[in-house]
Amino acid sequence: MNAGKVLRSLLRSPVGLIGALLVVGAFVSALGAGWFSAIDPTQFHLRNRLAPPVWAGGTWEFPLGTDQLGRDIASRLMHGARVSLMVGVFGVAVSTLIGVTIGLLAGYYRGWVDAVLSRLIDTFMAIPFIVLALAVIAVIGPQGGDNITLLVIVLGVSGWIDFARVVRGETLGVVELEYVEAVRALGQNRFWILVRHVLPNVSASIIVLVTLNVASVIIAESSLSFLGLGVQPPTVTWGLMLADGRDHLATSWWLATFPGIAITLTTLGMILLGDWLRDVLDPRMMT
Amino acid sequence: MLTFIVMRTLQMVPPLFGLTIILFVLLRIGGDPVAHLVHPDATPAEIQQVREAYGFDRPWVEQYFRQLTLIVTGDFGDSYRYRAPAMPLVLERLPATLELALASIAIALVIAIPAGILSAVYQNSWLDVLVTVTSTLGRAMPNFWIGIMLILVVAVQLRWLPVAGRDGLAHLILPAITLGTSLATTIARLLRSSLLEIMRREFMTTARAKGLRYWTVVLRHGLRNALVASVTVLGLQVAWLLGGSVIVEEVFAWPGIGRLMVRSVLLRDLTLVQAGVLVFALIVMVANLLVDVTYAFINPRIRFS
Repeated sequence: MNAGKVLRSLLRSPVGLIGALLVVGAFVSALGAGWFSAIDPTQFHLRNRLAPPVWAGGTWEFPLGTDQLGRDIASRLMHGARVSLMVGVFGVAVSTLIGVTIGLLAGYYRGWVDAVLSRLIDTFMAIPFIVLALAVIAVIGPQGGDNITLLVIVLGVSGWIDFARVVRGETLGVVELEYVEAVRALGQNRFWILVRHVLPNVSASIIVLVTLNVASVIIAESSLSFLGLGVQPPTVTWGLMLADGRDHLATSWWLATFPGIAITLTTLGMILLGDWLRDVLDPRMMT
Repeated sequence: MLTFIVMRTLQMVPPLFGLTIILFVLLRIGGDPVAHLVHPDATPAEIQQVREAYGFDRPWVEQYFRQLTLIVTGDFGDSYRYRAPAMPLVLERLPATLELALASIAIALVIAIPAGILSAVYQNSWLDVLVTVTSTLGRAMPNFWIGIMLILVVAVQLRWLPVAGRDGLAHLILPAITLGTSLATTIARLLRSSLLEIMRREFMTTARAKGLRYWTVVLRHGLRNALVASVTVLGLQVAWLLGGSVIVEEVFAWPGIGRLMVRSVLLRDLTLVQAGVLVFALIVMVANLLVDVTYAFINPRIRFS
């Protein structure tokens, strides 16, 4: 399916379109955060601490209100999008690389390679994603700075199992196909066969998994940051904003409400886009 | 059936073995384990003494097998923070975690089964749209945020339920709803799609043609088959549920294994983290074993193949 066809089908599908708009919206606010909002997200406005949103008695100076240090919530939300998307995209890139490599090798070589790798996948499947991430964080420990690189690595190495499982399954089917046998008979080297002939046939599933996994990694990042184990202040992130918000629930509902809505809209966009891609690229696939 | 259970139980051995390797490797890439055991201004001689006492000066393979024997005998070593054996500390909190998990599953089933059936039977109606939209939103919302919002509305503003802690049924309700509703969205979605597929089958038409009432056909023939398909997925959801419980326990100050693990990670109490990971993985493996046995029990084709 070519790009033009995909785009036309996107315009016809309300689900895909809403998903695409939400994702584009998140990227635009992340990239344009400094441009849209003149207020520095880390600047204290101590005289305007815990100011409510504009419709609840606040002013247009801080449309979504301020937090306990008088920092502008709207501006913090946009800057928070940067961290979430950065960790989401790069974390999933790491998972994809690891998972696709393992899946291709297991599915192509079969035999003992598959036996060993499949047991590895089974083992990792028993460890909940976030628990594995916690264990890796405990082992690596705080690295200083904002921890963003640490999170990319932690979530990347914890999230490859889905990719390995699906790619292995599909590769097992693809190598049975006659044309793969034909290129093998022609004496092509194995690495080339995998990259040139097998990989393109499993790429549809990979694209769908990438989209859906960015959503899970964004949620995982915000969870870890919320627990104080992820991104460190003064870097702005939705998870940390939620942690601040929890401490002020009794007096200021907006602190915990808006970051949650921001996370939900971003992951919703990814999920809708992923579901739509699955329907378009490969209706048979189930994840 | 017995052969199936025995075979299936034996299949747990390789992943368990793999798990001990993963835990060992994880611990060793974290740098020198002795560094956690000595006080910060220990002399090199003291460090060397501790190293030898714990066997960290031996070759890696020997260290691994030493650790393996210890794990098999249930001895995980002491928690750095509590200065007490790590495993009992984790197991002490197991009831709280299981209580929350089981309550969440119960809530999830109570919501998901009717929602799944109704949205499949009245496909494309407003009810179906409502279920689909809600379950998609539920997938997108981080469950700890749902928890915070429930605290905000139900506990802080309405004052109907306690904010946090574990002291009787009232404390269980909010965390269980938080985890249960997230799980319900997945189950409802699955039940809907498998029920829709089954209702298209010929035996459903036959049952109707025999003169059975519509709902009898849906519930007795349709639901039973659809549930079989959903049981397998429930197994996969256990890992997800436990992962979610880690953060939900922290939000509601629920004294389970998840909360203990978060604390241990903050303090880099690696022995406790290791014990926690092992217990979580064991719960997932045993839950999947139970699911597979149940599945074989209700589906003879698996049992005899």
